[in-house]
Amino acid sequence: MTLAGWVVMILSIGGMSALLIICLSLLLRAKPERLHSPVDIHPDEHDPP
Amino acid sequence: MTDHNSASPAAPHRQYWATRLGVILAVAGSAVGLGNFVRFPAQAVEYGGIFMIPYFVAFILIGLPIVWSEWAMGRFGGMRGFNSAPGIFSILYPRPGKSLIGGWSLMIPVGIYSYYVFIEAWCLAYALKYLFGVMPGTVALDEGGETASAAAYFLHMVGYGENGQVFGVDGAFLLACVAFCFAINLVLIIRGLNRGIEWFCRWAMPLLVLVALIVLVRVLTLGSPVAAAPERNVLTGLGFMWNPDGGEEHWWRQLLNAQIWMAATSQIFFSLSIGLGVIVCYASYLRRRDDVALSSTAAAAGNGFCEVALGGLIVIPAIFIFLGADQVQGLGGSTLGTGFMALPSVFAEMPAGRVFGFLFFFLLFLAAVTSSISMLQPGIAFLEEGLHLRRFQAAGILAVPTLIGVLLVMWYSANLVVLDTVDFWLATFGIFMLAMTQLLIFTFSLGIRRGLAALREGSQVGIPSWVGVLIGVVAPLYLSVIFITWLYQQITATEGNRFHALAQGPVLVGFGFVLALLIGFTLLSWIANRRWRAQAAAGLIPDPRMALVSEPEEDAP
Repeated sequence: MTLAGWVVMILSIGGMSALLIICLSLLLRAKPERLHSPVDIHPDEHDPP
Repeated sequence: MTDHNSASPAAPHRQYWATRLGVILAVAGSAVGLGNFVRFPAQAVEYGGIFMIPYFVAFILIGLPIVWSEWAMGRFGGMRGFNSAPGIFSILYPRPGKSLIGGWSLMIPVGIYSYYVFIEAWCLAYALKYLFGVMPGTVALDEGGETASAAAYFLHMVGYGENGQVFGVDGAFLLACVAFCFAINLVLIIRGLNRGIEWFCRWAMPLLVLVALIVLVRVLTLGSPVAAAPERNVLTGLGFMWNPDGGEEHWWRQLLNAQIWMAATSQIFFSLSIGLGVIVCYASYLRRRDDVALSSTAAAAGNGFCEVALGGLIVIPAIFIFLGADQVQGLGGSTLGTGFMALPSVFAEMPAGRVFGFLFFFLLFLAAVTSSISMLQPGIAFLEEGLHLRRFQAAGILAVPTLIGVLLVMWYSANLVVLDTVDFWLATFGIFMLAMTQLLIFTFSLGIRRGLAALREGSQVGIPSWVGVLIGVVAPLYLSVIFITWLYQQITATEGNRFHALAQGPVLVGFGFVLALLIGFTLLSWIANRRWRAQAAAGLIPDPRMALVSEPEEDAP
């Protein structure tokens, strides 16, 4: 692999990973009530009408 | 289950995503599929690392703007009581033609599902074959026969040589896999938004990434396993994928070639599930105060990570190491050739190939299921709110056209003509048209200012005003240029001309199926629109035609 290849690979993978990490860190910083709607997903309590 | 009753008869059982992580994983799950792990590397290696420039340009100028607009429009419609594309477009575009747009946006996911479930069954069949000790590429097709190549094995399995071959004795196993895939999708979709889609994606997506990482570590630690060709190592293999001069021309000359821009744009479309009619539906289950901008970007980034960081590192080095440079160069951008012919040959040579073959195809199977269930939800949502059917009734009705579709695709298996035709008219032409229509509706009907306000509502990150220019000007112009170029190439093409091909029988069958779906769903959209108008006239629901200028109802508790 050439030097240019390394640069392209690191920039591409790094760029996409950085975007994901930034998004995840912002999501984790959110207040809990914004991360989870005040509803549950327990299966048996609210069957569809 | 979090189905809640609300006052809107248009959507009698209002549902919401249970968690924010759930919706992000569901959208990412819809987007992550064969496109990430097989199509992307096969496309990228055609051009070398220079492909990443048009890829990222398309991601920023088209991918993200369309994703943001779809999420914003979906939540806008959901806040006003609609979860299906026909319902959402009836309020975003309350003019003649809305039924056609609604029908178009249902035709695409339902039609794509019809053949995608067949491909999903291939992944399952391969995973099971590896699990139970039969390695494609190392066995005979029939008793006493010579060992078939992986390519011959695949072509035989899917009935590539002759129509109806899948329904013969040899096809029983594949038919069982198709039936299983069909059933698992129906079960998950009947279980509902939270107990079905969200529950499945919440464990399938992390598992998928874990399996991909295991396979990735195996590939990156292969070294030079072929003693006769010590020069074939991981780094040289990565060079094929990432060196800018990977193609035949000098890298900057390649950037002047329209083909690379079209390939990158098409990859972004295919990969992010934009223009598919799924995101609009999924986003409609968000609450008014939920964030849209960050969640949508996180889902797109998660999909991009799976594609570039995982898909981009696994497939090409493995093929190069075991099969050599000629095989890599001969992939020709083919998803099926790469995934089901070249890779099985790799696993046949690889130490512990059975284990890694199973893991890889199980990974593809999981990715396919998270995508295929998302293709059913728009149709289910429409039948629920447009025709007031219960979920299992809606699933039963939706099973009919999808079953017809998959039977057509399986019967006309010679050269996979029907699959290819339906794929082209829906997953290339169809999604482009829908994405363009959505951008125009966002820009001219909803309006940039109102659209940006919808995107900003509840947002956890700032959305600058120039995003409006991206969505309203740059993305439509970019798409138009790509489309006109493609149309010109199609019209002037002497080989592979899609319009000329319509004269052939099996192609016409595939096209006829697409047309029948369009007519059927447009008709149903028209009926639903009449019902909603009648309900509005009776004062039962707010008038959809006034929804653009009225305040939405509050979230159900």
